[in-house]
Amino acid sequence: MDLLAAVDWHVIWQRIFHPDHVFARALWTTVYIAVLAQLLGILLGLIAALFRMSRIWPLKFLSAAYVLVFRGTPVIVQIFFVYYGANLLFGFTLIPNSLDFGLFQLGGAAIAGILALGINEGAYMREIIRAGIDAIDKGQMEAARSLGMTYRLAMRRIVLPQAARVIVPPLGNEFNNMLKTTSLLFFIGVYELFGDADVHYSTTFQPVEFFLAVSFWYLMLTTGWTLIQAQIEKRLAVSERGDELSFRERVAEAWQPMGAWARGAR
Amino acid sequence: MTADGLVLHAEDVHKRFGRLEVLRGISLDVRRGEVVVVIGPSGSGKSTFLRCINHLEKIDGGRIEVNGHLIGYRERDGKLVEDSEKNIARQRAEIGMVFQRFNLFPHMTALENVVEAPIRVRRTPAPQARRQGEALLERVGLDDKRDVYPGKLSGGQQQRVAIARALAMNPALMLFDEPTSALDPETIGEVLDVMKGLALDFKTTMIVVTHEMGFAREVGDRVVMMDEGRIIEEGTPEHFFREPREARTKQFLSKILV
Repeated sequence: MDLLAAVDWHVIWQRIFHPDHVFARALWTTVYIAVLAQLLGILLGLIAALFRMSRIWPLKFLSAAYVLVFRGTPVIVQIFFVYYGANLLFGFTLIPNSLDFGLFQLGGAAIAGILALGINEGAYMREIIRAGIDAIDKGQMEAARSLGMTYRLAMRRIVLPQAARVIVPPLGNEFNNMLKTTSLLFFIGVYELFGDADVHYSTTFQPVEFFLAVSFWYLMLTTGWTLIQAQIEKRLAVSERGDELSFRERVAEAWQPMGAWARGAR
Repeated sequence: MTADGLVLHAEDVHKRFGRLEVLRGISLDVRRGEVVVVIGPSGSGKSTFLRCINHLEKIDGGRIEVNGHLIGYRERDGKLVEDSEKNIARQRAEIGMVFQRFNLFPHMTALENVVEAPIRVRRTPAPQARRQGEALLERVGLDDKRDVYPGKLSGGQQQRVAIARALAMNPALMLFDEPTSALDPETIGEVLDVMKGLALDFKTTMIVVTHEMGFAREVGDRVVMMDEGRIIEEGTPEHFFREPREARTKQFLSKILV
């Protein structure tokens, strides 16, 4: 086994089972950036999807242009553009040097990264959300409007909650991608999982050990998410079978493993 | 309601889908407490006419008034312009509609379906809306199903919830768009019974598009026969059973009265 002889298994073991404090911060950075960017993406995607369906043509146009630009250019370019270019372009401090939320601080690079990834993600989420809304029977909107609901109210109370169920599976895939795409942010100086591995590699010249170990951690994140997603989908499917739980209870239950996990971690 | 008791006043209503003229001048008056049954072959424009009454479809000509209020349009300098979304929604709240395919909200229980519009549109306090909703579900015979999701209900039960949902807004006029044609034969009766109850016990003003001539005979005040976008014959149910005038009507009735 000459092939593996040079591998320092101890280093890999250490990285996986005894991660240091700096690593823990990098892991946390990856997670919160992915979550915040995804949330931003969902919000922007929802707005763009509603604009797309609007009768007002400038909104339609805006939505189309948004998707065209952000799906048609590399995300790494968008990241660099936002981080290095946004403040110059707008002539004021759009991206501050840091933000203090008490619980944790966000550096300028992280802010730019979340914005860039979120805006990019929104372009993909628009299509997913629109497909989800299109999947809901037109009769639902008609029934809602026949009861005197305005378009907005009917959307919010009747169509979107149902569309959410259709949206969850593709949304899960998007978040899986997002967890991995955050690694690009190292190129603007965000110290996240990949960055941590790269820093160790460049000081030790042990690429196999550190990149193997970091791959393990990415796998942990993505598989962990897959399990959570499966739970969410399972719970959301409950009402299709007609079980007697309210929608709110179902969402609470879908997230219950998360709560249990968080309690266990504490 | 207007002084003359007119709930619906439709005058020379025209509607086209592209080149196809679906309604070619429909005029119909419905008085308070009246039950009008609309029959006619498919494609005759019955459903479209019903959907025009609550402005789910825009009309291309004529006018529709419910309780003396012009539906979907405002008069400005003698011309009709489409009304604001808020006003149209307010008018729709006064008109109940029951659909062929029920269109219950599948993510809400039976009771939630019924109380949704009173709470969100009318701003009825939730406890009061729930009490009224429970009473309505009892009226349609489903008080034991209030916490059940539509997916667990039979077609007939779903349609009865849909009727309760429409009634919850206390509408001046109820529109039924082929309410039993998507149902299994065994459950048609339970829905018709509820509708008969509305007509006989509550004097609900209703327009019913249906081929259930038994229903028409029992509770219908008037039957309207539509064909190719026009009303071709109008009269009491008895008239239609005994001596329909038009050949088209006779031919149509011979097919549905087997």
